[in-house]
Amino acid sequence: MEALLEQLVVGLSIGSILLLVALGLTFTFGQMGVINMAHGEFIMAGAYTTYVLQELLGAENITAAFLLSLPIALVVAGLMGLLLEATLIKRLYGRPLDTLLVTWGVALILQQVARDVFGAQNVAVASPAWLDGGTELFGIDLPYNRLFIFALAMAVTVAAWVVVGKLKQGRRMRAVMQNRQLAAASGIGTASVDRRTFFLGSGLAGIAGVALTQLGSVGPALGTYYIIDAFLVVIVGGLGQLRGAVIAAFSLGIINSLSEYWTQASLAKVIVFVCIIVFLQFRPQGIFATESRGLA
Amino acid sequence: MATAMKALGPTREQLLARVGFAVSALLLLVVAPAFLSDFRLGLLAKFLCFAIIAVGIAIAWGNGGMLVLGQGLFFGLGGYCMAMYLKLAEAGSVGLPDFMVWSGRETLPAFWKPFEHAWFAVGAAVIVPVIFAALLGTLIFRSRVRGPYFAILTQALAAAFVILLVGQQAITGGTNGLTNITTFFGLDLADPGDQRVLYFLAAISLGVVYLIARQLLNSRYGKLLIAVRDAEDRVRFLGYSATRVKVIAFATAAGMAGLAGALFVPIVGIISPAMLGIVPSIEMVVWVAVGGRASLAGAIAGAIAVNWAKSSLSEEFPSGWLYFQGALFIAVVAFAPMGIAGAVAWARDRILERTGRKQPGPTTTATAEGTS
Repeated sequence: MEALLEQLVVGLSIGSILLLVALGLTFTFGQMGVINMAHGEFIMAGAYTTYVLQELLGAENITAAFLLSLPIALVVAGLMGLLLEATLIKRLYGRPLDTLLVTWGVALILQQVARDVFGAQNVAVASPAWLDGGTELFGIDLPYNRLFIFALAMAVTVAAWVVVGKLKQGRRMRAVMQNRQLAAASGIGTASVDRRTFFLGSGLAGIAGVALTQLGSVGPALGTYYIIDAFLVVIVGGLGQLRGAVIAAFSLGIINSLSEYWTQASLAKVIVFVCIIVFLQFRPQGIFATESRGLA
Repeated sequence: MATAMKALGPTREQLLARVGFAVSALLLLVVAPAFLSDFRLGLLAKFLCFAIIAVGIAIAWGNGGMLVLGQGLFFGLGGYCMAMYLKLAEAGSVGLPDFMVWSGRETLPAFWKPFEHAWFAVGAAVIVPVIFAALLGTLIFRSRVRGPYFAILTQALAAAFVILLVGQQAITGGTNGLTNITTFFGLDLADPGDQRVLYFLAAISLGVVYLIARQLLNSRYGKLLIAVRDAEDRVRFLGYSATRVKVIAFATAAGMAGLAGALFVPIVGIISPAMLGIVPSIEMVVWVAVGGRASLAGAIAGAIAVNWAKSSLSEEFPSGWLYFQGALFIAVVAFAPMGIAGAVAWARDRILERTGRKQPGPTTTATAEGTS
């Protein structure tokens, strides 16, 4: 029983990481239908932002560097996304598969840039003192860094929910997603909404990158480890659905940790994949489907 | 109309295609072996295997609209099937491949057993990928998961396969893969003369695969496949099973990738997870995108050209190649989606126009519009 509870906690932890890396995608992929394979590299950019800030501010200001890197990574990754949208993606709306391939080319280049700038070796990012160690609850270890990531994932999700659900900006975003022509006819500048949505989605990837520095070293291939899982979360959750992404991320995290526990780590991925295929047999549109009259 | 055309003999297009095929065959079977060094010919043999994968991708993606981002999986299945037989044949009376002996295993895993037989391994290299793709395709297409979703699922599949191979080190060889393959049905793989035999085997296989693919696309089924790509729902409303059409194309592409894997193993002497993960799988799509996604000849040309550029450029500028590949990819997909085949068709139309043999008007370059 205790072992099961422990796996549940591990699952929640994996789930919160998945959620964090997938949240940005619910904007760019979910709302706008853009398959951005460079999303992983935006995560990497966020992680390197933390590294650079730490180098700049020195060893005595690790906490300040870490906390500062959250907003700065949002802006850095967001601006990268903005640039990508304005130069390439804008030309490819309505060609999702081509977008996928083009952004993959961008991802390749960004990885090589990171390799040339920061070196092919992984770099280590120090943890603030208050994230070292952990606490114990009912005999289960709860490392502080995992708790922090969980809390961050929750906070970012709530913030995203407020933006999408409550603010004027989010209302425009949803309007453009649901019916682009009608939104444009109602006086919404759809191109500007696209840019903002993309900025936000990419920026969230930057924040995820900051969080990932607390789990291991940072390397040019960091994004590639997470990008596929992130897309799977969005597919299972349903396009453009925050609550879907939350449920999907935690379900996949828990399935992953349980199957790792019962079998082996290498089989767990296969089991998760089989679960997704079986799930899509019943709900091909994801957990929460967006109502549409289109022939999708 | 159709019968009238037949009575007149082959059209100019068909004639051009036949001449092109004959010239390519001449180049590959006579000119290349005569002029290339053993090393270059070995490389070309490898690229011809890649070209076989590319033909499959051109069918599934270019003509069927299914972006297959996990062909590395099928390539790997074929390659591993062949390599398992070759490892067992080499082990001989020991009965265990060398890496299993090193890792202290004493018995052969059950799924290795049938691969003691050559005919089983050769058959499995093609049939296993086909069955796997047919099964998976049926499940995915039946629930009408398509477009980017399908692409990402296939990609996740390739990733899961690699993780599985690496994780089950004791029975798959792990990260190293299956290495040190030195003989192939009595051929000594270190001998340049025997390597030449393998080159011809790859070249002829590519020719056969091309002809089969061409026949398939020219048939009624080929028209149906393109119809599914351009308007799946309409095809369904007309009473066809779009699922079946797509599964056939997906499974065909998988079988071709499997065959390529089986040929690749003796030519290169190794198969490892690094050759079938996400990155290699996307690279396979790059070849076809550069060649011209809907054109079979373009896909072959793309596979050979990109790999040739890769091996010569990465010899001189190791990091430059990645920039070049990324940039090439962006440029081709975003600005020249018809690739090499599009450029050739454009040039041909211009020449025909210039010489007055064809009226200016609708060009043949538009054959793959609306692919994505």
